Amino acid sequence: MTDAVPPKRQPTDWKTDTMQRRIRARYRAEKRFRFAGLFAVVLAAGFLAFLIVTMVSNGARGFTQTEIALPVDFAATDLFLDPQALRGPAAEQALAAANFEQAADQAATAAYGEIGPELLSNGAWLRIRDAVAADHDLLNGEHIFWLQASTDVDFGARGDTGTRRAQRPERQAMIARYAALNDAGQVRRGFSWTFLTASDSSDPTLAGIWGALKGSLLTMLVTIALAFPIGVLTAVYLEEYAPRNRWTDLIEVSINNLAAVPSIIFGLLGLAVFINTFHLPRSAAIVGGLTLALMTMPVIVISGRNAIKSVPPSIRDAALGVGASSIQVLAHHVLPLSLPGILTGTIIGMSRALGETAPLLLIGMRAFVASPPGGLTDPATVLPVQIFLWSDELDPGFIEKTSAAIIVLLLFLLAMNGIAIWLRNKYEQRW
Amino acid sequence: MTTFALFFLVIGLALIGWLAARFRAVHQRPGGVRPHSLPGYHGWYVALWLAIPALLFLALWSVLVPGLVEQSVLAGDAARALPGAEIERAAILSEARALADGSLGAAFNPEADALVPAFAEAQRFYGIIGIVVTLILAFAGGAFAFMRVRPDFRSRNRVERLVMWGLLLASLIAVLTTIGIVASLLFETIRFFSRVSPIEFIFGTHWSPQVANAAGNEGSFGAIPLFWGTILIGAIIAMIVAIPLGLMSAIYLTQYAKPRVRSVMKPVLEILAGVPTVVYGYFAALTVAPAVRDFAVNVLGIASASSESAIAAGVVMGIMIIPFVSSMADDSIAAVPGAMRDGSLAMGATHSETIKRVLVPAALPGIVGGVLLAVSRAIGETMIVVMAAGLAANLTANPFASVTTVTVQIVQLLTGDQVFDSSKTLAAFALGLVLFIVTLLLNIVALQVVKRFREAYE
Repeated sequence: MTDAVPPKRQPTDWKTDTMQRRIRARYRAEKRFRFAGLFAVVLAAGFLAFLIVTMVSNGARGFTQTEIALPVDFAATDLFLDPQALRGPAAEQALAAANFEQAADQAATAAYGEIGPELLSNGAWLRIRDAVAADHDLLNGEHIFWLQASTDVDFGARGDTGTRRAQRPERQAMIARYAALNDAGQVRRGFSWTFLTASDSSDPTLAGIWGALKGSLLTMLVTIALAFPIGVLTAVYLEEYAPRNRWTDLIEVSINNLAAVPSIIFGLLGLAVFINTFHLPRSAAIVGGLTLALMTMPVIVISGRNAIKSVPPSIRDAALGVGASSIQVLAHHVLPLSLPGILTGTIIGMSRALGETAPLLLIGMRAFVASPPGGLTDPATVLPVQIFLWSDELDPGFIEKTSAAIIVLLLFLLAMNGIAIWLRNKYEQRW
Repeated sequence: MTTFALFFLVIGLALIGWLAARFRAVHQRPGGVRPHSLPGYHGWYVALWLAIPALLFLALWSVLVPGLVEQSVLAGDAARALPGAEIERAAILSEARALADGSLGAAFNPEADALVPAFAEAQRFYGIIGIVVTLILAFAGGAFAFMRVRPDFRSRNRVERLVMWGLLLASLIAVLTTIGIVASLLFETIRFFSRVSPIEFIFGTHWSPQVANAAGNEGSFGAIPLFWGTILIGAIIAMIVAIPLGLMSAIYLTQYAKPRVRSVMKPVLEILAGVPTVVYGYFAALTVAPAVRDFAVNVLGIASASSESAIAAGVVMGIMIIPFVSSMADDSIAAVPGAMRDGSLAMGATHSETIKRVLVPAALPGIVGGVLLAVSRAIGETMIVVMAAGLAANLTANPFASVTTVTVQIVQLLTGDQVFDSSKTLAAFALGLVLFIVTLLLNIVALQVVKRFREAYE
């Protein structure tokens, strides 16, 4: 046995080549890892930026419209409408009976040749009719009406964008034609009030979001009217009064589960219960609101409980100590102090409900609704569903309308979340 | 008078009752007796007695009235001429009702016109009964409560007891909703399984419900391709995107980023979770899907690539999920005690070695729990797949092919006009039940993982 004396342990010599290499490799790994993290963050943020840029660049044009000047001399068209008839009690019928559509086409043919009628949007004649209804003198002599141009003209106004679609001969012809019209001052582009004030239409130049927006507002009204009181009361009960027993556990488990259930399941619930059992009208704002209220309530309960929990017990004890009843403690102290937190949670829950689509599809809110809903039981659609419906349209003019509607929806959500953050920052108290 | 106006009338009366009772309580202070409750409580006591019975009756009445009106119309003389067939009868009745309401201008069926007077008469009759009874109830309740307002009357205790009942009732809504979900899903699923065997549904590999029609053709309901499509998009492709990106951004933001960068980037990432899914769906369908198809056809040479590929929907869904993964990872990494990190750094480990060898393993239960929650979120997600994934139930592992998911099929089966009792609509509820159970299990398992495997440091 000659060996066995272990070599004496030396301090590591960091100066050797191997060690230096090893350290460099470790530092390189460190850098790589750090870079990978940065890359992940930038990629995620970049995707968000890309999404927003895509929507804005597609959608900005959705807020504009092209209008075309149409000189109309009713004497030269087949429209026969006596100005006297418009003054009498039968004015509405006289207007409805008059064929303004044909008159508009004839005027367009007279002004722009064979292709004339195609330059006008399908519903452009409605503007003539409304103008005539407001001012009967327009029936005499020639007047120039500014009417919505068709989608084709709109694309012509876009110019040569270099896409494959833009290279097609008919598109090229329209681009040239638009340039000519523009030089003659016969077309103009401007902000589209139609988009903000009209409802759904099968023609993108006539489609607007007001109907869907109003449907969304009505639906949200029902949602908040139900979800907020029920949610707050439940949160108060669970946090302040509920005894620790099996029944309370059941309530807590239900709420936590409901918060995790996919939204489409709520749609199935709404369909089975509200429509098939209670026979509420399909595609009405009230059913949508009820369904979304059930979905939003757990969110409000959970945030409400956190807000109530954060009120320090000393405040309750002090109030009880000077003789307040437990309900007085709640109404005078706990609720006012936790209100900002509850409201923040409510707004976040509402903004989620505002963007929700799937459950509303199931309860039939995907119908074509051409006029804004007048009440809670009228057929209605909501903004996200309108976006979904437009995204299915074949007419390329709907692409920019869809993106524009998305911009409106995102603006609403941004505003709601902004209010929530402002509330939190302004009223949040650290005890 | 409409129900709506009556509702506000009762609320107005309650307000008056509140004021009157309060006034009475304030001015009813005989010397010596100390009043038990504050005047406001007497006010509430009267207002609640006035409003609650009246409003309950009003709610009940507005549910009952349409049936009562119809019954009395059918019993009248005008209804003799109605055809016997149930459907025609219902159509004429609903038309006559609309005419009587004034919501319809002119009748389509001449029979409906004849019924209008009877309808209007019955509606007026029952309307007046409703108004009278509601007001009687309101006044009786209000008067009863008002008479009891005395200095020694314990109105506070009564009002507070009612408030407690209100709180308990509100918290029952959550339980009722859960019961409603389970009951409606189970009920329709059992009806579905009486037509289609559960074995075929769960293990069958052929899905074509659209063939099901009135002619007795049942279509096939083998849901395996749907389950596979859901897993491929939601649990595989989306997670391949979301886990590395979410985890790495959580690590970067908690361990490397300066506080200012963190305070800006964290909310930015959270915006990703706040964007409505319909926007993601539109983005996936309009921008991502064509790009993926072109990439597959031109670069990879897969001529069969679909423009509704699984990968387009999956990637966009993964990006939506990033904030879920990253916030859970963030929380669980932050929960690892600083001493462990400091110890590792003091031993000479670099930051990345500390993270990889110490922080992530210690935070693993939380991260796994977060991933499971993210999966449950992804498979329940609807709009992205409805808009960007296809309808074809293919059983394929090719991510460039078109697959369909459970949620897509639920939407597909339930939209459009069809009889509610058909196998197609019932199948949607069966799919919904599967989805409900799976997401529930995933959530339970996720919570268990977090609870069970969390090391108790310190």
